[in-house]
Amino acid sequence: MTVASDQSDASGGAGALPRRHPHNGSIIIRRQKRGLAFLGLTPFASYVLLFLALPTVIAMATGFFDNAGKFTFDNIAAIFDPVILKTFVSSFWVSALTSIIGAVVGALVCYALLGTRPDGPLRRMIEAASSVLAQFGGVMLAFAFIATVGVQGLVTVWLQNLFNFNIYADGVWLYSVPGLILPYVYFQVPLMIITFLPALEGLKPQWAEANATLGGGRFTYWTRIAAPVLAPAFFGSLLLLFANAFSAYATAAALISQGSQIVPLQIRAALVSETILGRANMAGALALGMIVVMIVVMTAYSFLQRRTTMWQR
Amino acid sequence: MTTPTTRIGIAPSKLARRVILGIVGFLFAIPILAMIEFTLRKGLVGGYTFDHWTGLFDPANASKYDVVYTGLVNSLMLALVTVGIVLFVLLPTMVLVQLKFPSLRRVLEFICIIPITVPAIVLVVGLAPVYSVVARIFGSSVWTLAFAYGITVLPYAYRTIQSNLGAIDTNTLSEAARSLGASWMSVFWRVLIPNLRRGIMAASFISVAVVLGEFTIASLLSRQNLQTAILLMSQSDPYVAVIIALLALAFVFLLLLLIGWAGAAGNSRRTQNRETT
Repeated sequence: MTVASDQSDASGGAGALPRRHPHNGSIIIRRQKRGLAFLGLTPFASYVLLFLALPTVIAMATGFFDNAGKFTFDNIAAIFDPVILKTFVSSFWVSALTSIIGAVVGALVCYALLGTRPDGPLRRMIEAASSVLAQFGGVMLAFAFIATVGVQGLVTVWLQNLFNFNIYADGVWLYSVPGLILPYVYFQVPLMIITFLPALEGLKPQWAEANATLGGGRFTYWTRIAAPVLAPAFFGSLLLLFANAFSAYATAAALISQGSQIVPLQIRAALVSETILGRANMAGALALGMIVVMIVVMTAYSFLQRRTTMWQR
Repeated sequence: MTTPTTRIGIAPSKLARRVILGIVGFLFAIPILAMIEFTLRKGLVGGYTFDHWTGLFDPANASKYDVVYTGLVNSLMLALVTVGIVLFVLLPTMVLVQLKFPSLRRVLEFICIIPITVPAIVLVVGLAPVYSVVARIFGSSVWTLAFAYGITVLPYAYRTIQSNLGAIDTNTLSEAARSLGASWMSVFWRVLIPNLRRGIMAASFISVAVVLGEFTIASLLSRQNLQTAILLMSQSDPYVAVIIALLALAFVFLLLLLIGWAGAAGNSRRTQNRETT
């Protein structure tokens, strides 16, 4: 028996060592315990499999099948239909524009917060308010902007009465794609504050001191030291903002009830009516298109994120 | 309070800070003020009134606001179940991975970040067929939606718990408890959980906030929650819809302020401890 086990151990390489240990039994028990511990991972693993992995796979796969369940490339090809392509283009430019505005304004606010106490009341208020607006606004932000720049909105009426300026001279734009810009900026700036502030905090005072002792001024500090260090964080946050706007649904759905000018609304139309361009399972193809964009953006983001954390140690 | 950054002069001057924060703060206050102004309007005739606010608490209107009430109850129940998923499924897994499978830490982190890349609008496409099965097993009542919400809160809950988990020395704590004869159960309940209180509280609050603000999944799976109810309400009584929206925003703001406050209190206590030792 020993010969046989020795042989198998020899082929097992590193696994051979513990077997020669006199307390063979305790190792077996430890192995069983490890197995038991592995068992402890199963609830989470099965939960994630069922409600994250499975829906994601279904969402991506349904685009490849027609109504009868036969494999087809029709739906994927339909993404390149001018109608659908136009919604992707709209989604792109709204996301790009609002993420650039959000990144610049948000970075400016982060700069203004530099030198304030991190646990002071000002910082805490701004961080809490930013979290609310960045992550939980959704439908409520649509209301806010109807109340502000709607046809009877506060600012609309005010501009009309004070300057006789009609913001809707060329027709009401709030309930179409241009109308998304203001509410989107309203949640992009706060998201920038949340994601970019830690990077700005990571600027070490020693670098400023070194710059000062070497005779550098404020300008050299920002252009030669801070800018290169912050660049990955800035562009990483910009990408996160883009992904955030690209996948936002609630605000757009609450504002735009007619038509589907951006991709998430196109998915809504596909899910509700089940036919766009007379095709079934179009939602799957659109979801696939979105995931592809998101994966590209988030991969670039995580690459830049790694460059960022390099300086935060 | 001259922090090093102000002394060296890279921080903005007081004036610059006030100008930037003032302008951005003012612009960001406008939509909220517009919402408040809207709720005080007396309809199309002009003038202001508190009627819409007082009417909200008038029992005579109870049936009118039934939709919102159902939505609110549903959302609170969903928040409760979602927090349950976070505390009883995610938390033990994170502790287990931290203690026993350090090599899986990166994998767990990766899994928990996925919901950012696969947003709700994409997830819901695949959730529709999954939920037709779920409905057959658990029935089609609203709380089942919490299974999906547990996924959407993963990135937030993970980040808050992990920042707490990384800050305490779990291995030394559990080894000390084990060598004193504690079972794994009591290590978990009596040693680790009390140390993770702050992270657990923050994760629960942020999960509640996310669930109260969720619209996409509920709307596209045709379930009623607070957000879908507000949108429905806005078609019949926009004033009440905006009032509820304001209250919800204020509630979530306070919830998050509380997280920040609890976090800061915990930090200062820890630094105090360090100073005394």
